[in-house]
Amino acid sequence: MSLTNELVQQKLIDKFGDQLADWVQPYGMLTFTAPKELNLKVLQFLYDDTELKFQFLTDLQAVHYPHNKGAELAVVYHLHNLTDNIRLRFKVFTDITNPDVYSATALYSSANYMERETYDFFGINFTGHPNLIRILNVEEMDYFPMRKEFPLEDQTRIDKDDEMFGR
Amino acid sequence: MSDHILLPEGSIEKLSTTLNLGPTHPATHGVFQNILELDGERILKSTSTVGYIHRAFEKLAERRPLYQITPLTDRLNYCSSPINNMGWHITCERLFGITLPKRVDYLRIIIMELSRISDHLICNSIVGVDSGAFSGFLYLMQFRELIYEIYEEVCGSRLTTNIGRIGGFERNFTKTAFEKLDKFLAEYPAQLKEFENLFTRNRIFMDRTIGCGAISAERALNYGFTGPNLRAAGVDYDVRVHTPYSSYEDFQFSIPVGKTGDCYDRFLVRNEEMWQSLSLINQAYSKVKEFKGADAEVFHADAPAYYLPEKKDVYTKMEALIYHFKIIMGETDIPVGELYSSVEAGNGELGFYLISDGGRTPYRLHFRRPCFIYYQAFEELVKGGMLSDAVITMSSLNLIAGELDA
Repeated sequence: MSLTNELVQQKLIDKFGDQLADWVQPYGMLTFTAPKELNLKVLQFLYDDTELKFQFLTDLQAVHYPHNKGAELAVVYHLHNLTDNIRLRFKVFTDITNPDVYSATALYSSANYMERETYDFFGINFTGHPNLIRILNVEEMDYFPMRKEFPLEDQTRIDKDDEMFGR
Repeated sequence: MSDHILLPEGSIEKLSTTLNLGPTHPATHGVFQNILELDGERILKSTSTVGYIHRAFEKLAERRPLYQITPLTDRLNYCSSPINNMGWHITCERLFGITLPKRVDYLRIIIMELSRISDHLICNSIVGVDSGAFSGFLYLMQFRELIYEIYEEVCGSRLTTNIGRIGGFERNFTKTAFEKLDKFLAEYPAQLKEFENLFTRNRIFMDRTIGCGAISAERALNYGFTGPNLRAAGVDYDVRVHTPYSSYEDFQFSIPVGKTGDCYDRFLVRNEEMWQSLSLINQAYSKVKEFKGADAEVFHADAPAYYLPEKKDVYTKMEALIYHFKIIMGETDIPVGELYSSVEAGNGELGFYLISDGGRTPYRLHFRRPCFIYYQAFEELVKGGMLSDAVITMSSLNLIAGELDA
């Protein structure tokens, strides 16, 4: 009711200090970045604090920024406090050569499939996940298709002779 | 298990039976698999496999201009495509900062609530079919046909609707559309009442569904349930109330909640939501009728840079041709930003997480599909229950394969 973005930000800064960075509010949603070792601590704090009560994991996914050297992959958490109806987004950046991020499955059962999906498409290795296998793609797949280095096929190519589909 | 005689090591026989429920099975209503480990008829363990109809929508969306993504959203929850379409339009409008005229909002509410009815109607009558009561299905199915005719009148297609555009509708509602809506509003309540008479206090149906596939509110929240399934467990979370969109705040409606989160409560919640949707349609329809003169002809926002103009204007008007060209070729300036926007779809909170880098296509688009997230609870829901309860639990969760796999 009285919980505002500023209040949430203040509480988080009081707890974690300047480890959390990049505070912005695009389209009214409080957004910040946390170091990847801290992701579970932040989630747990947001869950347990009696005022914050961010106890609903709305969404979890990743984004690939190939030009952001050393921090190519971002895991994005969307949390929702259902009592005060306030949402929050926080990101954890990780190196693509060592994409280990702690799993949130112990805190949220819903994170199970979402982390599997994120692993499936971006190859983020959620340590502590009970069953980190591919979910939507075939198990034999040996790459992570949502990464930006896999562009979709050029629709204007003419070297293909496909009688079935007339290209 | 303990009173079974254990078989010697290496024996080909085992104590439990493995049963594949799906990927193609009359009881799964979609392509997904459950590998059940059975002791007699009791389920010891269930393992779900999804992804049989994965179509890489998120990857495809990274190549498409915003207006071409609408047909992708159709194919998520194809029982209520218009809600998905509107959800996507609303996301884009929030990104662009367009506000719509009230009449467009109300027309959208009419369409969205119609599709909510068609979604719940399928789910509830399928619960009936799976518990052995087929007639209710036929009673309600003719009204889904009528709803589809209304869609057809508004946008030209029925199942995968691609209804509306960013900024409004492609054309005004025709007289026939309103006549069909009148017919629906006049005839549907009696039929729904009859459907409820057949089921709600039916001893056989109650015995079959009460206590079957139940989940507590805490577990449901932890599993990320949203929509009717969460409300059946007793949590009154509805995106229409929590984060109003499309002028839902102008209307009076209540959010039904259940108590036990079992199949029966889910059935009751969906039924009551159909009544609430009917009331919403009536309210919105009467507000639409209040518009007079030029206001009564408004069907899109005045945002020429983003709203794809009518074809006849493209052929006759200079500005319309320019904007048409710019939108089609992806030359419009799209704001840079990152946005999460959600709507209350048939199954719960359908979210769109859109990152725009100002290019002609999204940098990243993620669909939060409610079905995908709550399906993981299925293993827990059916554990220890009977095989026939698993079937009915699956249908009362309203699992839509299109939404599971994106």
